[in-house]
Amino acid sequence: MCLTCGCGSDEVLIRGRKPLNKPKAPVSFKLHRVEAKVAEDSQRIVKLEQDILHKNDQHAQANRDYFARHGVLALNLVSSPGSGKTTLLVRTLQTLTGRYPLAVIEGDQQTEQDADRIRATGVSAVQINTGKGCHLDAQMVERALAELPCPDGGMLFIENVGNLVCPAGFDLGEFAKVVVLSVTEGEDKPLKYPDMFRAAELMLLNKCDLLPYLSFDVEQAEAYARRVNPDIRIIRLSAVSGEGMDEWTSWLEAQRPQAS
Amino acid sequence: MHEMSLAQSVREIIEQAALEQGFSRVKTVWLEIGRLSCVEQEAMRFCFTAAMQGSVAEAARLEIIDTPGRGLCRKCGHEAEIENVYDACPRCGNYGLQLVAGDAMRVKELEVA
Ligand SMILES: Nc1nc2c(ncn2[C@@H]2O[C@H](COP(=O)(O)OP(=O)(O)O)[C@@H](O)[C@H]2O)c(=O)[nH]1
Ligand SMILES: [Mg+2]
Ligand SMILES: [Zn+2]
Ligand SMILES: [Zn+2]
Ligand SMILES: [Zn+2]
Repeated sequence: MCLTCGCGSDEVLIRGRKPLNKPKAPVSFKLHRVEAKVAEDSQRIVKLEQDILHKNDQHAQANRDYFARHGVLALNLVSSPGSGKTTLLVRTLQTLTGRYPLAVIEGDQQTEQDADRIRATGVSAVQINTGKGCHLDAQMVERALAELPCPDGGMLFIENVGNLVCPAGFDLGEFAKVVVLSVTEGEDKPLKYPDMFRAAELMLLNKCDLLPYLSFDVEQAEAYARRVNPDIRIIRLSAVSGEGMDEWTSWLEAQRPQAS
Repeated sequence: MHEMSLAQSVREIIEQAALEQGFSRVKTVWLEIGRLSCVEQEAMRFCFTAAMQGSVAEAARLEIIDTPGRGLCRKCGHEAEIENVYDACPRCGNYGLQLVAGDAMRVKELEVA
């Protein structure tokens, strides 16, 4: 049960150093029929005009307030599975450790492997397992934040579930979404998944070390991304060779809220 | 399958309204689903039926109002209906239209008893 609005989710598992929340039994839908006899004239139209994501947005605002209070730069990393988010994060953390307080929230449907890869760098990480869920929502992040030492004045990276579709629609309270596209995925991804590239402020074109072996057209991929989102920033890099990593860390440092 | 979590949110919105406005049965639910929102109509219909089980809207009829997308050109100011968020301005050919309608996901109204 959450404090913001009293909602609760059943199959999400949040793992700190040890598993903290046991998954509750799945909700079983009871079939009880309401057979009230209602007079025709008691029927009426109720106007609601309520945004389906309203509740998520309330939780996102709570997270945003928390980040603002603590001077934390929070980023939401989105991509398809395997584009290199965790590899990129590990390398980023290795560069920034000692310069800023850091923390990571990892989202995957199953396993704690990515959080363990992060913890190996010495940075605290909480793993959210969404079960069948295909995206993180703001309430999951709110619960994860309670299990994580706050990186006051530093940076929080949220690695979303690998999926180029629906994480675009869910605000987590982040400062910005960063979309990672790897050169092995094809130039046309920005057009095929336009919502994600439109929602992101920065696109990291990863695995550029592989370009000599592929026919991937970098200019074309970038043109497609800009067609969908004319304001998007693009950085070419490789989490393996390290090229472009300086530009990425400079971007990060430039986004930090004014130290309070 | 995020339509399932969206359908769960619809259920919560309806149950909350039932408490506040004192009705015990919903006959019809009107959802506005913009054509450029991330919702697949058929998936929403399927998930809606499952998510409403045991709620005041169990067996309610789902009416989907699908609103077309509209884009505003940042260059020439023209506004037009669009099929995709990456369409070019039909007047000047500029890309990167600002979406002004068609991405809403809203519970519009309910017919209740
Ligand atoms: N060649 C190359 N491989 C990479 C790069 N970044 C990640 N990978 C590989 O891509 C695979 C998926 O990476 P991972 O970080 O787990 O992706 P995630 O699912 O987005 O978190 C792994 O085998 C990585 O070693 C890169 O810059 N260059
Ligand atoms: Mg990963
Ligand atoms: Zn809640
Ligand atoms: Zn999803
Ligand atoms: Zn125009």
